[in-house]
Amino acid sequence: MFVIGELINGMYQNIGRAIKEKNKKEIQKCALQQIEAGADCLDVNCGPASRDPVSDMQWLIETIQEVTDKPLALDSSKPKVIESGLKVIKNKAVINSTTADAEKLEVLVPLAKEYNAKLIGITISAKGIPQNKDQRLELAAAIVATCEEKGFPIADLYLDPIVLPVNVAQAQMKDILESIHEFKIIYEPPPKTIVGLSNVSQGTCVRNLVNRTFLTMALAYGLDAAILDPLDKDLMDALITAELILNKNIYCDSYLEAYRKK
Amino acid sequence: MALQPMLEKWSGQVSTVTIGATKSEGGSRREAVKIGGELSLPFLFPEGGVPNKPVVAVEIWDTAPADWPQELKKNYTEVLSDPLAWAEKCVKELKAEVLCIRLQGAHPDFGNRSADQEAKLIHELLKRVDVPLIILGSGDDTKDNLILPVCAEAAKGERCLIGEAVQDNYKTLTASVLADGHNIIAQSPIDINIAKQLNILISDMGLALERIVINPTIGALGYGLEYAYSIMERARLAAFSGDKTVASPFICFVGQESWRAKEAKATSLEFPLWGPQAQRGIIWEVITATALIQAGADILVMRHPEAIEKVNKYIDNLMTGASA
Repeated sequence: MFVIGELINGMYQNIGRAIKEKNKKEIQKCALQQIEAGADCLDVNCGPASRDPVSDMQWLIETIQEVTDKPLALDSSKPKVIESGLKVIKNKAVINSTTADAEKLEVLVPLAKEYNAKLIGITISAKGIPQNKDQRLELAAAIVATCEEKGFPIADLYLDPIVLPVNVAQAQMKDILESIHEFKIIYEPPPKTIVGLSNVSQGTCVRNLVNRTFLTMALAYGLDAAILDPLDKDLMDALITAELILNKNIYCDSYLEAYRKK
Repeated sequence: MALQPMLEKWSGQVSTVTIGATKSEGGSRREAVKIGGELSLPFLFPEGGVPNKPVVAVEIWDTAPADWPQELKKNYTEVLSDPLAWAEKCVKELKAEVLCIRLQGAHPDFGNRSADQEAKLIHELLKRVDVPLIILGSGDDTKDNLILPVCAEAAKGERCLIGEAVQDNYKTLTASVLADGHNIIAQSPIDINIAKQLNILISDMGLALERIVINPTIGALGYGLEYAYSIMERARLAAFSGDKTVASPFICFVGQESWRAKEAKATSLEFPLWGPQAQRGIIWEVITATALIQAGADILVMRHPEAIEKVNKYIDNLMTGASA
């Protein structure tokens, strides 16, 4: 699975402070820790407190690029911030994210194409969060249609069914999981699927357990990627084991170590 | 409309292992031999292909092999009890690119030769011939743990390929291979899970994955060949998908397995309908070898001169197909 480490986010105190003080070491340490723990890509988010996200995004990317050539996911709801990041990025880029709204798609899909970036498409729109599987599929189809129309390769599109906290939307969990499977049937070659994992456990008192249980179930439904905390070792162990059970890797007694050697 | 071939794109690669060290590399071999490095399933050149051709290693023993069938032995009659002369014959007459010496005579049941005797033999052998060397123990773990370290030391710097490490007995050999700059053969009993595990255990001791050659254990034609084939194919598919822990080249003991087959050993008198015995053994060894080349074998350890010649020709044909 394509693991996107979520920890470089200004919302976290240490990162928020590091951005404010332009403390490169702190950011780079966080980047390398996540890679060491198995991240294939790093999410980069300036956080809500950033006063100048356009330049903060550039500073973060340049800082991280000094220590790794792993792909980076430029995480912002503002296309302008994402574009500023694309201008300085040398590593492979993932745009995180577009919604199904036309005004966002019109800007971000061409940008993704121009910069040869992967694109995360979240199945929400200005109308709000979908309440069931059909609404998710409808929004997914709208995103796929725009990508096709603009010549963006669908295999580089990551559809996110938008995971809701289990204590808020328990009734939707099954629909979310089934959406992961059904997104793949929309197009040939199929789009990829992704979730922002930690959301599922917001407000629960056993967050790690909820996260890793949801992740293994989502993997069984064909999930391709997740934005998660790679430093949660139990979570990574569950992920590796789920992939083993799905026959993605050859078993051996030290399969956890073998995966990490890859 | 022109036909568009469907080409597979892979992210992984089999590791390249170098056997033998030249003078400039601290050894005394005329040439080093590189194996492995494949970028695609065997001989799919447009998908990446085979940078190093499969190599035939000719097998010799430190003691006259009692149980080799007459049809095989007759090719080496005058040298069977003189391993140095045997080696020389293989290099001069059979144009062996690599020699594989099995120290069978060290086995407690087959002569119980001492570690010093074997080390001296390796030392002499390296002086007599200048091709890269594969050194195999006797198959008795306890004895091999005594003889292989001193043989590895006697060949220090020559970058030999030494075996065999198994899941229950790999530490002594790994340590001495590591100390004396050789490569190791990791043997697993037609079991991909154990092959992977053993590679991890060996690399955990500090020997790079790039210095391991897998012996997947094979069966000859009619004796599990297709099972070995499927194991090798599975390892390769995983390797090309990025699993470095199974991305090692393969060594296949073709001669050993083929000449154990009843079809190779039985006389024409016993089975008149099977055709002349003189041809049968050769055919068995050739077919086993060529099938394994198609499974991804990198080193084929073989015995009969005629079979070796035919397989070398087959390899050359496949490789020239690459440039045609």
